[in-house]
Amino acid sequence: MTAISITIGLIYLLAAVGFVVALHLMNSPATARAGSRLSWLGMIIAVAAALAGIVHSGVITTTGWIVLAAGGLAGAATGLVMACRVKMTAVPQVVSIFNAVGGGAAALIAIGDFTRLAAGPGIPGQTMIATVLDVLIGPVTFSGSLIAAGKLQGWISASPVRFPGSRLLTIVLTVIGLGGSCYLLAGNDSAPVLIVVICAALAFGVTMVMPIGGADMPVVVALLNACTGIAVAVAGFVINNGALIIGGALVGASGGILTLLMARAMNRSVVNIMIGGFGTGNAAAASLQAAGAEAPVRRLSAEDAAIQLAYASKVIIVPGYGLAAAQAQHEAAELAAQLQAHGITVFFAIHPVAGRMPGHMNVLLAEASVPYTDLREMDEANPEFPTADVALVVGANDVTNPAARRPGTAVSGMPILNVDQAKSIIVIKRSMGHGYAGIDNELYTNPKTGMFFSDAKAGLSDIISAVKALVPR
Amino acid sequence: MSIGLMSDIYMFVLAILVGYEVISKVPAILHTPLMSASNAIHGIIIIGAVISASEARSAAGYVLAGLAAYFAGINVVGGYSLTDRMLQMFRGRPAPARVDASGINQDMAS
Repeated sequence: MTAISITIGLIYLLAAVGFVVALHLMNSPATARAGSRLSWLGMIIAVAAALAGIVHSGVITTTGWIVLAAGGLAGAATGLVMACRVKMTAVPQVVSIFNAVGGGAAALIAIGDFTRLAAGPGIPGQTMIATVLDVLIGPVTFSGSLIAAGKLQGWISASPVRFPGSRLLTIVLTVIGLGGSCYLLAGNDSAPVLIVVICAALAFGVTMVMPIGGADMPVVVALLNACTGIAVAVAGFVINNGALIIGGALVGASGGILTLLMARAMNRSVVNIMIGGFGTGNAAAASLQAAGAEAPVRRLSAEDAAIQLAYASKVIIVPGYGLAAAQAQHEAAELAAQLQAHGITVFFAIHPVAGRMPGHMNVLLAEASVPYTDLREMDEANPEFPTADVALVVGANDVTNPAARRPGTAVSGMPILNVDQAKSIIVIKRSMGHGYAGIDNELYTNPKTGMFFSDAKAGLSDIISAVKALVPR
Repeated sequence: MSIGLMSDIYMFVLAILVGYEVISKVPAILHTPLMSASNAIHGIIIIGAVISASEARSAAGYVLAGLAAYFAGINVVGGYSLTDRMLQMFRGRPAPARVDASGINQDMAS
């Protein structure tokens, strides 16, 4: 080992340490940004070390430099533009696209390694294992993440897409992919078989995500993120690079944890979600029935709601998917600030599945300038409800349904926000339509609850003006 | 099985355990930036693209390496920019100035 290669190895180690410390710093919003920058620094020194390494070894050709520089710079520019232009409501799709290209890159590197070795010295057994894993996982995450992004963006129907024999097709693709892999692993360096495996894996990613409903996308995105992490770690095995192995493993762990957390918060098992067909995307929009046609609910006007809020001393706002869909986060933030200016204690109680990816609602509210100290997680918020004068539920449904505490309902066992324990409850909702679980919400018929039927954005604006009229300042 | 592969496997397993420990402590409020940040970390695959480009000798090799560099470039730069953009929005409460003790709330109550 020469001095140069030792130095490069140590720099990779330093970068990996940077990634771990960076993730550690993310345990608080106060230090998270410093963490993200540390991680960026780790990435820069790792890339610099890799470049120094190839300069030193002198094996790269001029054409190699050109494709590397052209590809890398074009990619950097594309990524920068996407990251800067994206609206915060569209973050899940963009994260999904970044995830797709990561998985795609891992697969491309393994394929490159395969073509190079197959043309030359042949492929050693352990490299072949890693290569095969990468050409299976990489393309699945690539196509799967793109489909997930398409569903989140609305380019592809968010409802589960199925056709006769779709499940059979998935099974056939699995058999082709695994069969081809076994053939390669048996020591046959066959390029056509490799291509067949890649195509089967790409198609499998599509057939895997298409039947999954839009509501389940947070879990899917988290799971595909974990898969990309594993694919990158495996690519590290292919090219024998510790930085890739550690970086990939960290991502695998993070994606895995988030997948399980999300699935638990939705009261579903990961297997159940991946088999698909439950979360029916735009159910809320589809069920725009006559507002509160027959249910015995108490209706409120914006003025009634404003009076309740203005005379409260403690208000908890519960934002849900409906708020994000109506892009009403700025109105919610404005109302909170307005009430706080009148000396009322106000904070947001956020269920883990509010939004379209884990923690998405927090980002939307942070964008609307809500300080993070006013964003409370479920476990932190739940003990506060009994002392709250008003719980204001905006576009949230199943996550507030007290039926979850009883066995035998579609939401049984699901962790919920204890909204029904507040002294009074105001619900802003477009209709009595059902949530994803497809059952009535007992909260709405609670005598303490008043329903204000409106779109989240318009409803919050009306309440803001009503409060202003009530307490001019 | 070579010593190199064995130590690679050690590294992989231990890194997963470290990742599990560290990431379990990230609050739910930061889960979206966390996912974006971990997304950016798997952009480390760009090193693979660099090495792949250095070893390429055939047309297919160049195309694959160039495309890998493009994808990895999007992943790294996009991932970190987006994470930073999100995290800069997470601000603490500004110094309390607007709320006075004899606020409107009491006027209304009287």
